[in-house]
Amino acid sequence: MAPNRGMLAALASVGVLLAATVGCGSDSGGQNALTITANAINSAGGKNADEAKWIEEWVIPRFVEEQQAKGRTVRVKFQATGVPDEDYKNRIAKDLKTGTGADVVSLDGIWVGEFAEGQQIAPLDELVGADKVQAWDGWQHMPETVQRLMSYGGKQFGIPQGTDGRVLFFNRNLFEQAGLPANWQPTSWDQVLDAGRKLKAVPGVIPVQLNAGTSFGEATTMQGILPLLAGAGSAMHDGAKWVGNTANFREVLEFYRTLYGEELGDAELQQDAKGREKSFEKFAKGQVGILLEGDFLWRGVLNPTGGSFPMADRDTGVGWAKIPAAAPRAGVNGQDYVSMSGGSGRVVSPKSKNVELAWELLQFMNSPAAYEQWISMGGARITPRQDVNAEVLGGDPMLTFVSEQILPITSLRPALPEYSTVSKAMQQATLDVVTGTSPADAAAAYGKAVEEAVGKDKVASD
Amino acid sequence: MTDPATPGPAGIADVRPAGSDSDVAGLGRGKASAFVTPALLLIAAFLVFPALWLLWIGLTDLTVSGRTSVDVSFVGLDNYANALDDPLFRNSLWITLLFVFGSAVIGQNFLGFTLAWSLRDAARWLRAVVESLVLLAWILPSSVVAVLWIAMLDRDAGTINQLLDNPGYAWMIRHPLAVIIVFNIWRGTAFSMLLYSAALSTVPPSHLETARLAGASGPQTLRDVVFPHVRAHVLTNTLLISLWTFNDFTPYLLTRGEPNHGSETLPIFLYRQGIDDGALGYGAAASVLMLLINLVLALFYLRLLRRRPK
Repeated sequence: MAPNRGMLAALASVGVLLAATVGCGSDSGGQNALTITANAINSAGGKNADEAKWIEEWVIPRFVEEQQAKGRTVRVKFQATGVPDEDYKNRIAKDLKTGTGADVVSLDGIWVGEFAEGQQIAPLDELVGADKVQAWDGWQHMPETVQRLMSYGGKQFGIPQGTDGRVLFFNRNLFEQAGLPANWQPTSWDQVLDAGRKLKAVPGVIPVQLNAGTSFGEATTMQGILPLLAGAGSAMHDGAKWVGNTANFREVLEFYRTLYGEELGDAELQQDAKGREKSFEKFAKGQVGILLEGDFLWRGVLNPTGGSFPMADRDTGVGWAKIPAAAPRAGVNGQDYVSMSGGSGRVVSPKSKNVELAWELLQFMNSPAAYEQWISMGGARITPRQDVNAEVLGGDPMLTFVSEQILPITSLRPALPEYSTVSKAMQQATLDVVTGTSPADAAAAYGKAVEEAVGKDKVASD
Repeated sequence: MTDPATPGPAGIADVRPAGSDSDVAGLGRGKASAFVTPALLLIAAFLVFPALWLLWIGLTDLTVSGRTSVDVSFVGLDNYANALDDPLFRNSLWITLLFVFGSAVIGQNFLGFTLAWSLRDAARWLRAVVESLVLLAWILPSSVVAVLWIAMLDRDAGTINQLLDNPGYAWMIRHPLAVIIVFNIWRGTAFSMLLYSAALSTVPPSHLETARLAGASGPQTLRDVVFPHVRAHVLTNTLLISLWTFNDFTPYLLTRGEPNHGSETLPIFLYRQGIDDGALGYGAAASVLMLLINLVLALFYLRLLRRRPK
């Protein structure tokens, strides 16, 4: 039978389509090719530009060189990204799920639990081999609390690349005008409010910037609710249950109400879509008295060289203090002062075709030489390695302060899959209070939302 | 290029009789399927498959990351029930209806018609100037106009506050819905104006003249002479701009749905649920609901359009 021309044409078109589809999915990388991704982009003012620059201009060429010396030719590519954290998270989540992403992936410590539950990342021991992982000498220089940033369920999923701490930054110039001491260190929430009341007398100034609301997103949780909650004596998750409509949570909301009710904070700024950037800008311009922030403000925002809102007199004009508990000894674990820390790290993608090489690259990126180089290119930062910190932080009093005095009293966020849902409910509760709802009503709505989201039996309330 | 051996129309015609087994007909059927198959495959790949996939995801608890990413569970209509029960979904539906009604059905229609009506006898230069200005808002990319509006309305550095000597008035925070409504009227009026200009040119001048001689007032002329002529245009335009507005994502660039969901239209709600929060199943179910609402809207207008004026 003669072949049907039409049928052949139809088959051909199916073939072309299939070939195109298959072609799209194929991996162009070779045996010794690696890709690194991070939410960083090497451009002026770009997100985490120093990290991108470090990876592109130091890590990659030096790693390639090092491998060359071992007689192996490798190619490493950096996949630059510069988007809001949530977008980056979604992007790498999809990449890790489909196996289309990078071999070495940077991710926030708080996502580890979620990704681990989804099996999008794998424990290093399983992926690389326990003996090889334990053989890395970097672990002994990394405090266990810091290692935990990249662990979940007792398993290590990656290597932390940095950590941080939260403090109360204040503008010394405004403090002087308000008659407040240059070496201010409040010992209770009331003392913070008192300072705010004095600063209110200085015209054109937001006395206290305490992040609230959904526009500020995670910044509200990390640089607002959680340090206060720790100061009231609670953790967000006590190991068994999430904090719900509890007395401590209501106390936190009460503090928000006092602050914003007395107009010691700018309630409208909290609802502005660009509120966080504006709060940074205003602080840099000397229009904010007290700001609860992480050390990122010091090194990434106000940094006279390379900060997003550089403050020429940062080193003399900006002071910092520990965040007090609601009252002395009222903080979590009976502490006088509290803080929260986060941090990110890097994992090897379980779908990587070159797991061993990726693990080598990961070790290389966490070597003392690599950190020292990063710091020399991008300014001082608290690294996960104490040996490096001891060497490089000496020149920066603020970061030394965080490393020495904040990290010992700090708390970490629970790396649980439900975290972001609870965090969002908390943000909503502060927004409600800032816009006029009573703390009791806002806390009740919060408690209900959390119970619905994670299950009533997993929520504490009193 | 046409194949002289089997002219296109004949080939297609030959396909029609069912059960025909002549060589020519067989060849024709094959030819036709050869032509049609790639298109059908493309439609299947890029339209039918994603639509079915969306329907399927809407019945699962799929998320971007987390527990369910590997073991996706079938949850039936839970997502739909949850959406209908979700105050945020209902809030965004209500906001969307206000947005569509205020900015498209009333705003763009009214302003577009008024401009077209006022300009019909205007001097050519004036017409050109007004039309260009209105069109400018329409042709600028969404991202550009959003940045422009933010620059105008910003509380701290906005030009409007500077001009009004009213520092610190937070337009987008105090009146988020009004801002996106006015924005959409400003942006979308051009289309209505152009469509109505064309529609009004179909009204015979003699009818208008007769109305004038009969002493009809302006509103009477519009109601009894002009509107019957342009009824179909009004309905078509209203359908188009309603659907566009319903699905418009530009408000996100302006307000991100803030503050406190005060300008969160359905597309923004979908984006936040499906993309920001990674709740793909829930987002998919909500998008199917949105599609259904769109369909109802379209059917309503089409019904109006088909109904003959009395």
